[in-house]
Amino acid sequence: MKSAVIVFPGSNCDHDMFHALQIMGSEVEYVWHKTHDLSGFDLVALPGGFSYGDYLRCGAIARFSPIMQAVTHFAKSGKPVLGVCNGFQILVEAGLLPGALLRNENLRFVCKHVYLKPENRQTRFTRAIPDGQLLRVPIAHGEGRYLVDGDTAARLADNGQIAFRYANADGTGSANPNGSMDDIAGVFNAEGNVLGMMPHPERAVESLLGSEDGRYIFESLLSSN
Amino acid sequence: MKVAVKVKLKPSILDPQGKAVHQALQQLGFDAINGVRIGKFIELEVADSADPAERERQIEEATRKLLSNPVMEVFEIEAGEGESS
Repeated sequence: MKSAVIVFPGSNCDHDMFHALQIMGSEVEYVWHKTHDLSGFDLVALPGGFSYGDYLRCGAIARFSPIMQAVTHFAKSGKPVLGVCNGFQILVEAGLLPGALLRNENLRFVCKHVYLKPENRQTRFTRAIPDGQLLRVPIAHGEGRYLVDGDTAARLADNGQIAFRYANADGTGSANPNGSMDDIAGVFNAEGNVLGMMPHPERAVESLLGSEDGRYIFESLLSSN
Repeated sequence: MKVAVKVKLKPSILDPQGKAVHQALQQLGFDAINGVRIGKFIELEVADSADPAERERQIEEATRKLLSNPVMEVFEIEAGEGESS
């Protein structure tokens, strides 16, 4: 299993993502956004950060970086693409995932651990998560309010495309940190091979970091090949 | 020539930034102001020599493709009056 971590100008979680993939057993390489080639890779990760300084809209400029054509091909060929935080924002701007990410309802940059309730454990990203397990992982974003129109939201739920919702420690609702529609923290594309999420699983892979729950996502991904 | 592109959040979408500014205006006593919504004003410098139809096409496409996001925003394009720099 060989993973690519795409590096945009302004990415700042690329090293975290590299480290997480590496300790979970993947061969990893950084891929600069100006390159065009993803041949030989089995997984592509778009890391968090502030690509292009979040100018215009988060992810709006990075979405037209040369590498994104290759990422789109990679995704269309059915291979797994994981976008975290700014990576998620880039994926929605690129149209590889539905919806948009807007400024947090409370206008704050929210940086804390949250609990995530997995909504579909039958995917290549989530299959290693035990039944009933919530994931405790950090969020760190100012623009994570997920929004889609009502029809699309219903379709996402029906298709099992909602990956995670924010929850309390006991799995109940009302823990929404940013005003996301229906507490949505992450979504899949219709085919289930692209996942975007605001929380950072790569920052929750060692007990030293306060949680190891992010490992379930990497375990799911790395065991599927 | 200069062309102004105004990009706004769709009316149905909550604008917390506008809301916060509105609250501040209320505290300052501007009680005639009932609401604030904040968008973007983008000024394009467009070649005067370009064919008008082609110019219009490019401005429109640029706005749809990059300057705005149709999922959450609407836009207006206003051609400027020859005040090019």
